Amino acid sequence: MSNLSDLSLLDAAHNLRNGETSSVALTHAAIARIETLEPEVSAFLAYTPELALAQAERADAHLNQWRKKKDAPLSLLHGIPLAVKDVLCLEGVPATCGSRVLEGFRPPYTATSVQRVLDHGGVILGKTNTDEFAMGSSTENSAYGPTHNPWALERVPGGSSGGSAAAVAARMVFAALGTDTGGSVRQPASFCGVTGIKTSYGRVSRYGLIAYGSSLDTVGALANSAAALLPVYQAMAGHDPLDSTSVLEAPTEISLDDIDLTGLRIGVPKEYFIEGLQKDVEQAVRSAIAALESQGAQVHDVSLPHTELALPVYYLIAPAEASANLARYDAVRFGPRLASDDLWEQYLETRGSLFGPEVKRRIMLGSYALSAGYYDAYYGQAQKVRTMIKADFENVFKSVDLIACPVAPTTAFKIGEHGDDPLSMYLEDVFTLPANLAGIPGIAFPVGFDANHLPIGMQLLGPHLAEAMLFRVCHAYQRMTDWHNRKPALLDRKASQ
Amino acid sequence: MPISVEEVRHIAKLARLKLTPEEEVRYAEQLSAVLDYAARLNDLDTSHISPTSSVLPFDAPLRDDEPRPCPPREHMLSNAPDLEDGMFRVPPVLE
Repeated sequence: MSNLSDLSLLDAAHNLRNGETSSVALTHAAIARIETLEPEVSAFLAYTPELALAQAERADAHLNQWRKKKDAPLSLLHGIPLAVKDVLCLEGVPATCGSRVLEGFRPPYTATSVQRVLDHGGVILGKTNTDEFAMGSSTENSAYGPTHNPWALERVPGGSSGGSAAAVAARMVFAALGTDTGGSVRQPASFCGVTGIKTSYGRVSRYGLIAYGSSLDTVGALANSAAALLPVYQAMAGHDPLDSTSVLEAPTEISLDDIDLTGLRIGVPKEYFIEGLQKDVEQAVRSAIAALESQGAQVHDVSLPHTELALPVYYLIAPAEASANLARYDAVRFGPRLASDDLWEQYLETRGSLFGPEVKRRIMLGSYALSAGYYDAYYGQAQKVRTMIKADFENVFKSVDLIACPVAPTTAFKIGEHGDDPLSMYLEDVFTLPANLAGIPGIAFPVGFDANHLPIGMQLLGPHLAEAMLFRVCHAYQRMTDWHNRKPALLDRKASQ
Repeated sequence: MPISVEEVRHIAKLARLKLTPEEEVRYAEQLSAVLDYAARLNDLDTSHISPTSSVLPFDAPLRDDEPRPCPPREHMLSNAPDLEDGMFRVPPVLE
């Protein structure tokens, strides 16, 4: 007996169109799946089954009307169960960003990205776990406890969009929204064996995204294939007057038909194949590149000489921006207030007690980098080196169409493995940070498994606004392989209980 | 360049964070490690490079400055920890 939650998003959408299933049935299957697996995976911070069922009933009513005439276009997301990372606002549903400083906060409005998914008929099952304010690479920095990787429960799902990646990998939902400031969609996609898109800076509105690093933050999504991910991206992408960094130019229509890789120029940057790269990760990524080559792509060695400087640049710029963005948590307008009869003490107590250790560390680091006497040496210098990192990509994209490289140096590590050593954790981000600093898009997808049967991811990076090419090349790879269709053993184990 | 506990206290004050004595010591060590790692940026000659503060190839477009409908005040105030007469209430700032 097949479970509706195990369908692909496209099969589910197809069955909704021909009346073989209903959105309410898909939503009930998602609820059953979540209720079975959530005690072990902990993907969600807010779970909204009643809201989802109400949305599903509306989707079914619309589908019944649509089937009579079929004269209007219908989004592939219509009636499909989804989840949203808990840094994006959905009116009335608690949004904590994984932080105690926002405990009990119910946003008075909905993020544009979420609203567009709702307008396309998406059904939202809840808000997913994240490192506090998206600061982390493992989801261990959530104040509400870590999420567990569905492939190996003692391991992290990656982060910061770890709840979204785990929910998609465990087939709790068909797709989930995430955000990527330094790799937070791509790295969890890699660790959980799912496909994730980091969009170009400015491509998807950030209105209603609770800010972390404003020159780096992007909204993206995760699903089980490029084909499943595409309708989510297409729903979200496009100009929004409510976001002043939103690109005016309309996104192009993306078709996954008639893909021919002949003559496609793929650059392989030597700086991403370094000491510390896990051996079976390198092998799987090189095999995937060879598979694209076998379809007619040309592979070129390229160099992005300032790659290793992305880490120090990011860990000055992102904390500097975070220290300014998180100044708003003053317990005056929202959030819990640690009572005091003195306003100064109220700020110190509330912020000191309710922010977690990593958030405080980054606020401290950022405040230091911006403080008088150090601004030029740290923040100013980081912004200049950022220009050089961006120029590296611009140079390489003169001679190749896209770049292929690993997402992370390793597969999923164990919960607690990095202990209280921030620098060793930051090194996990070494391959994902450059794309954020340059503002370019990337797609991460599974290309194999390591010796511990943990998923391995590869990323394709393209020039600003080149999402169409990334989706098409990823889809071409997924037509040849079935890594993206593999499911964690947890699903079978639970199904037989 | 190591960061001293005194510097950590100064930064914590700027950032409005109350830290425990243990946190002060730990952050002094950890910030020193990260900044030490970041010091390699200063090995680069960037005298001829302009800083990047935004990756967008355009300036933020301005919208027309026209009144628009907005949500009711009570709705926007609904998360406030303490309200009085439709205003945020805070402890006295002036004696």
